[in-house]
Amino acid sequence: MGTRDARGLRTAVTPERLFGGVLLLGVVILVLDLFRRVATGDLSADALSSFLWRGLVDGLIIGLAAIGLSMTYSILRFANFSHGDLVTTGAFTGWTVAYIIGGIGVADLSSRLLLRADGGASPGEMNMHILAEPIAIVSGLVFAAVATILVALAIDNLVYRRMRNAGGIALLIASVGVALVLRYVIAFFYTSSTRGVTASAPESDHWLLFWTDSINLHQTTMVVSAIVLMLGVHLMLQYTTLGKAMRAMADNRDLALVTGIPTERVVRATWIIGAGLAGVAGYLVVLDRGTITFNLGWFLLLLIFAAVILGGIGSIYGAIVGALIIGLAINVSLVWIPADLNEVAAFGLMILVLIFRPAGLFGGVETA
Amino acid sequence: MTDRLRERADALTGRVDLDEFERWQVDLLLVFGVLLASYVLFTIFGLLLGLSFNGIVSTLRRVTYFAAVYALLTLALNLHWGYTGLFNIGVAGFMAVGVYTMAILTAPVDGSPAGFGLPLPIGIIGGMLAAALVGLVAALPALRLRADYFAIVTLGLSEIIRLSIISGTLRQFEFAGREIGTGGGSGISFTATNSIIPWLLDLPVLGALGDRLFAAAGTIGIEASVVQSGLYTFVLLLCVVALYLVLARIAYSPFGRVLKAIREDELAARSLGKRTNVAKIKVFMLGCALMGLAGILWQGGRGFVTPESFMPILTFYVFVALIIGGAGSNAGSIVGGIVFAAILWEGPPFVQRIIRLHLDVRTPPTIYDAFVALGSADPLPMIGYVEGNMEQIRFMLVGVALIVLMLWRPDGVLGHRKEIAAATDLSNRPTAATDGGGTGESNGGEIEEQDGGERDE
Repeated sequence: MGTRDARGLRTAVTPERLFGGVLLLGVVILVLDLFRRVATGDLSADALSSFLWRGLVDGLIIGLAAIGLSMTYSILRFANFSHGDLVTTGAFTGWTVAYIIGGIGVADLSSRLLLRADGGASPGEMNMHILAEPIAIVSGLVFAAVATILVALAIDNLVYRRMRNAGGIALLIASVGVALVLRYVIAFFYTSSTRGVTASAPESDHWLLFWTDSINLHQTTMVVSAIVLMLGVHLMLQYTTLGKAMRAMADNRDLALVTGIPTERVVRATWIIGAGLAGVAGYLVVLDRGTITFNLGWFLLLLIFAAVILGGIGSIYGAIVGALIIGLAINVSLVWIPADLNEVAAFGLMILVLIFRPAGLFGGVETA
Repeated sequence: MTDRLRERADALTGRVDLDEFERWQVDLLLVFGVLLASYVLFTIFGLLLGLSFNGIVSTLRRVTYFAAVYALLTLALNLHWGYTGLFNIGVAGFMAVGVYTMAILTAPVDGSPAGFGLPLPIGIIGGMLAAALVGLVAALPALRLRADYFAIVTLGLSEIIRLSIISGTLRQFEFAGREIGTGGGSGISFTATNSIIPWLLDLPVLGALGDRLFAAAGTIGIEASVVQSGLYTFVLLLCVVALYLVLARIAYSPFGRVLKAIREDELAARSLGKRTNVAKIKVFMLGCALMGLAGILWQGGRGFVTPESFMPILTFYVFVALIIGGAGSNAGSIVGGIVFAAILWEGPPFVQRIIRLHLDVRTPPTIYDAFVALGSADPLPMIGYVEGNMEQIRFMLVGVALIVLMLWRPDGVLGHRKEIAAATDLSNRPTAATDGGGTGESNGGEIEEQDGGERDE
């Protein structure tokens, strides 16, 4: 900021730039205020660091789901409103497997199959945490991805494939229908009650992070898995033929078709990666929160969309950055506003950014 | 099916060429036909349930009420999506703004939360204005976005509105020296909109007519409370008719043709010198005000409202209704509203009640128990489980309806009913004879540029 910018603005001052400047100024003021609060002791360094850590955790989860949404968005060219319910699908199928394996001998089969729909043995009795049941939880994670991929491919086969040439809005409306069916099929089987499914997370002493002596192992599992998966997607997109084909198709579908890229195969690969990440994200959200409900993904969906749009549709790096911004926004905003308005802040931020950059922060980079 | 309907309509109207004048007759026939069909269906439901005559009339009243409410909302949405192509999925939010503004304006001064205690008409107008203003705030940035971004921004806005209403911060705050507020999650009480019925019945002539109506209804066994709510439903029906007339007037005006041109090809419309942005802002504000009004007439009828009534899913109900009837046609919107209200909204609960009455079923706690029983050849627990979870089935049906419609009937159940953007049907020339689509609007024969200054209807 400063005078140089102001002079530059005067030459080509459009309402958007002006607005962008004001927005940036607002963010700068908030950051300065944050420093002031820490300096004067209004806000303890502990509280700030926990906000930042929570922001990272939330951001990575949203980011994992956002990658998939961004990929289907850029390759299939529609806003997939059923993505949130793929997240829910992953959560329920994954935890069901974790329960079937981990609850042997502790809970009845009916209770395990339906994730305590009948209020059977509590997660505490089952010791459902990462140290006590590592095999169950890791198999659940893998199965969450596999089951969500199968569901997504089945849906693509039944619905979206018949509409490949339809417009984005027609597909969007159909995806809302898919979302409703998926969500309420889950509610029909697993009932609509919210329940706890994990035991409280074990803490572990460590020397990595400077502000705290012990970390929550479930959050750590989540952060590590998310970062590994994100790196994997990055390597896949940059260094494999499939990745190149995907980027080509996102960039220019007709040209990709002319060049002989097998588009249907790329579409299938997109669903596999996108749905797999969504399922894992759903599974990990439950690992972190400890509770599961059939609305879980639907309530996350708007935050995921906000992340994708902030980053600019089509850019997976944009989606990750957008997700981290959203994650930080919903947590750090708690410094100024009450907790029941933090999502309002995130959605407001999304709308404000769109005013000054209608194509998102990384917009225009349609290639991943 | 469409063709058969049209044929039947042709037969009924004497098989004349369906020109502009005949089209609305066909539409009218359709609307009444669908309404009658749903009445027959619910009379059968009522008989199966063993309801009294009063009960059946009350059921039909209820169906009509929801049909009218959804028709109002669908008509407003049709103005956005059907005519202008603005993909607004924040309907619930704009309704909430209308209802809550009206609630705060009319809530009693000593209530909890308190309001301004203003008369009902001021509340209704205030609610519509507030919804239009929020529409303006949304439209200004959103108009520059792609359709799918626009959709997500409107959805985000409707969630911002709902979450703000729930939040404890706005539950009660001081404004202009008064403690007012939204009441947070526990809702707010205010002057109910159906209080106009007692007010109307106090008027000299209407009062006398009303007395006779109550007396006549009493002799055939209809309770006074049913007549009372029936009168409010009638007021809603009048609103639907009025809104239909207003929207039909707009649709065929030069402004309406600009809207349709924006939907078809905004660049072309702009190239022809139309100020498309101004038109879009205007129509967005108008549609939002109408959504506010529809919300007020619906949620305001009970005199009590909570944020739960404005979940995002409500928006998609309206979309289902719009798509059933076919986006872009006002009569289609009304038909869609009726079909949605009768079959998807009111139907499942009645099926549930009928099952409960005729089969001695009990809902098992989980589907596992139902499957175990099914394994030992006892289907009753499974039926019981389905009956007990009819709510979930209803949502699934809404979803299936959306998918099926988009796969096989993207133009609506009635087929292509979109009104064309041009003042005359350019495709209706001898060489390009189309199927039923070209029935209307060929009254002049002259081919007019889509410009619209001079032809006023």
